[in-house]
Amino acid sequence: MYKFLLCWRYLRTRWIALASIVSVTLGVATLIVVNSVMDGFTEEMHNRIHGILSDLVVESHSSGGISDSKWFEDRIRETLGDRLEGLTTVVAVPAMLNFSFNGSNHTQQINLIGIDQQSYASVSDFSQYLMHPENQKRIDFLLKNDGYAPGRSTFPESGWNYRRDMARLRKEIERETQRNRELRRQIKSAEVGSLSLSESMDKTTIGGVTSSPEPTAQAAGNSSDIASPSSTPEPTGLAASSDLENQPSPESLQQESANDLSSVDSAKQEATELNPPQSDSTTTEMMMAGPSLKLSPTDPAARAHYFDSETDTHTGIVLGISIGSMRYRDPHGDVKDLFFVRPGDDVTVALPGAGSPPRAIDESFTVVDFYESKMSEYDSTFAFVPLDRLQKIRGMIDPTTGKKSVTSIQMKLKPGVNLAEARDDLRAVFPPDQTMVHVQSWRDTQGPLLAAVQLETTILNILLFMIIAVAGFGILATFFMIVVEKTRDIGVLKSLGAPGSGIASIFLTYGLLLGIVGSGAGVTLGLLFVWNINSIAALIEKITGREVFDPTVYYFSEIPTIIHPAMVVWVIIGSVLIAVLASVLPSIRAARMHPVQALRYE
Amino acid sequence: MNTSTLNTSKLNTTIDRTDDQIYEPLDFDGPTRLRVVAFPTSEPATGRTMLQAQGLHKTYKKNRVSVPVLKGVDFAAQQGKITAIIGQSGSGKSTLLHLLATLDRPDQGEVHFDGHRIDHLSRRSRDQFRNQRLGMIFQFYHLLPELSTLENVLAPIMIGRSAFSYLMNRRSIHNHAKELIERVGLGHRLHHKPSELSGGEMQRTAIARALVTNPDILLADEPTGNLDQETGAGILDILKDLNREQGLTIVMVTHDESIAKKCDAVVRLSKGRVESVV
Ligand SMILES: Nc1ncnc2c1ncn2[C@@H]1O[C@H](COP(=O)(O)OP(=O)(O)OP(=O)(O)O)[C@@H](O)[C@H]1O
Ligand SMILES: [Mg+2]
Repeated sequence: MYKFLLCWRYLRTRWIALASIVSVTLGVATLIVVNSVMDGFTEEMHNRIHGILSDLVVESHSSGGISDSKWFEDRIRETLGDRLEGLTTVVAVPAMLNFSFNGSNHTQQINLIGIDQQSYASVSDFSQYLMHPENQKRIDFLLKNDGYAPGRSTFPESGWNYRRDMARLRKEIERETQRNRELRRQIKSAEVGSLSLSESMDKTTIGGVTSSPEPTAQAAGNSSDIASPSSTPEPTGLAASSDLENQPSPESLQQESANDLSSVDSAKQEATELNPPQSDSTTTEMMMAGPSLKLSPTDPAARAHYFDSETDTHTGIVLGISIGSMRYRDPHGDVKDLFFVRPGDDVTVALPGAGSPPRAIDESFTVVDFYESKMSEYDSTFAFVPLDRLQKIRGMIDPTTGKKSVTSIQMKLKPGVNLAEARDDLRAVFPPDQTMVHVQSWRDTQGPLLAAVQLETTILNILLFMIIAVAGFGILATFFMIVVEKTRDIGVLKSLGAPGSGIASIFLTYGLLLGIVGSGAGVTLGLLFVWNINSIAALIEKITGREVFDPTVYYFSEIPTIIHPAMVVWVIIGSVLIAVLASVLPSIRAARMHPVQALRYE
Repeated sequence: MNTSTLNTSKLNTTIDRTDDQIYEPLDFDGPTRLRVVAFPTSEPATGRTMLQAQGLHKTYKKNRVSVPVLKGVDFAAQQGKITAIIGQSGSGKSTLLHLLATLDRPDQGEVHFDGHRIDHLSRRSRDQFRNQRLGMIFQFYHLLPELSTLENVLAPIMIGRSAFSYLMNRRSIHNHAKELIERVGLGHRLHHKPSELSGGEMQRTAIARALVTNPDILLADEPTGNLDQETGAGILDILKDLNREQGLTIVMVTHDESIAKKCDAVVRLSKGRVESVV
């Protein structure tokens, strides 16, 4: 009884001891804040990565991929049974993306992924990262009229409407250029004479037709050139028109000639029929675009069709948002997005074919949407196209059997299923040395990143616990002082018959109480900080004028935090333990004190 | 208050509570038996030797310099009498008193309490002996500064009993303590801290504290040494009253020859030996 009474009195009369546990308090508060923020980040990252990646992947690293995916699918369904929730096949290849912006060509390395629209949604949260509300429900790789990224004011005008406007504008510029050229020619002919006029006209027409394969690609570049900058249409338009002046676009010439020279038109048509579209030989843009053309049924010239960006699109492609845009800070410090391409623009992709040796294949796509997972690694490299189209382009369809190859099979498991176990089961079924496939879970794929974050958290925890341990030494020193100060009282207690253990427990209980008070205050402080972390960040921003949480670096608008109750409990236990341990030595000293010497102590 | 039941229950708990051994390994077998035999609960008869010491030697050693303080001291205090120990400063009066109170162990010699040897008991048993059979007061009062008068007086009971037993009998214990405080004339100072009391009041609190466990003997080390003549006389009166009314055995160290004269017996220490017994 005297232990608690004295302990309580010491706690109330010795505020210096409380000062010694302020460091415990601060350490505990920091631990809680750091852990909550780290856990928040980790959780956020886990969710994102998991949303992007499917639970399990069976992948082949050969460029031809898994030739008999059906066999694998059956084995997987057999092995996993009712653990399996969804399954999809995917073709992923490294590729190069090419687009023009402001008159210059941009090339970027991407991960081209062919997905099956129906089944891909069953393994990944892919569609929820898209911009268009309809695509978020179901992706069909078709260009929407408008309505991209509804809640986002900075998102530029995009979609069919934008594409049509740009195509019309381009045509108008072409017509204008044509008219200018005509005018100039007339002026020239007026100067030189009527003979030379007909000569120059001939030259132009022949040049336009014969040189068709090569300049067409340039023309495609030029057309997207004009398409991109809607903000400054006039100067670009002028630049483009001067471009066209120097290098006559065959496309425009064809349109011109379609009206006047029907013979050229039909010759072109013949060429298209002769060359199969899949052939690896150098093909014109028109030939490649041929099979994917979305012909509008009202088009009277359906058979004799040339690609018209006003009415046609290439195959749809969904680009990672960081491929097509750049986040930056304007002079006022506001965060802005600059879009190089946008839904409605055309891009060209160079990718390796499946054959051996792999040959580079060029293919045009129309951007139909952006993909924003907020994981910069994915947003800056991923591009999605329809699976069957990619298989066709790469030659992954066996011409005799019609079997389609894939590079990986992705699976989603039922909630609560043991991931590692399912993976090991599959590994047993597909021994890597025999089947040449690699079975991985999403944790394996992101293992290094998650492990790095984990390591970071662990190290921070160790460091912060060291701080609390340092605080423990402060408590130790303070307690020694208190024991020395209380020497006479200890002697008195012993003369009254108090055993050493009782005296030790006074100081141990004292340490325990201090630990509880200190960590309790620390937990309160830490939790308050965590709950208000975003307003605190805003306040610091206001005071210092510098952004604490830079949205150009992180994609979060808020600092994510998670408070795990178990973590809080462990922090409390740890810090209380440190306080108690720090009071052990002084307690032993007090217990061992000789009563007579203690009584004689002045 | 029935001390016999209290003692046995306390002993049982002592044996069970092995965690108390952490700092001092205790020999339980000996003390347990001795304890029961050594402190009989029956009222001791008058005229017996209550506290006795034979051939006590005590030498303080420090850095190879040994200071022999007691060189064979024989001492006896009769039941119901006031025995004074006098001697020059440094003659070893306090040392002797500490040995008698089992606060320290003699290098040689024996201390007997009521016919039973106590100096060789385990620390634990000596703690219990001091708590229940012995009252002590000091020159500098030695009250606990954080506790009020009442709490200081209650301290020995709190030490001797478990928290549970204390709380169960809280009312009777408090009444007993208040009576004692009343008895030493401090009824109006129950909730004052020692720093708010005068020297005389503090010494009276110390007396109440020493008596709260109904000890058989009271050891006092210069109880009036720090007080003026008049206050000292007041303290002495209280002690004499206690001796007369309750037959309390008192051993008192003093400088003051006039005080010694009023005692029943006087032992004079000099050069580490008992010089004379009056
Ligand atoms: N721990 C110790 N180490 C060495 N010498 C000690 C120690 N304690 C006491 N002494 C010595 O023992 C002697 C006796 O001391 P003690 O306190 O018993 O004297 P005393 O008779 O009570 O004196 P006083 O009347 O002044 O209180 C003194 O000379 C003192 O210096
Ligand atoms: Mg002395």
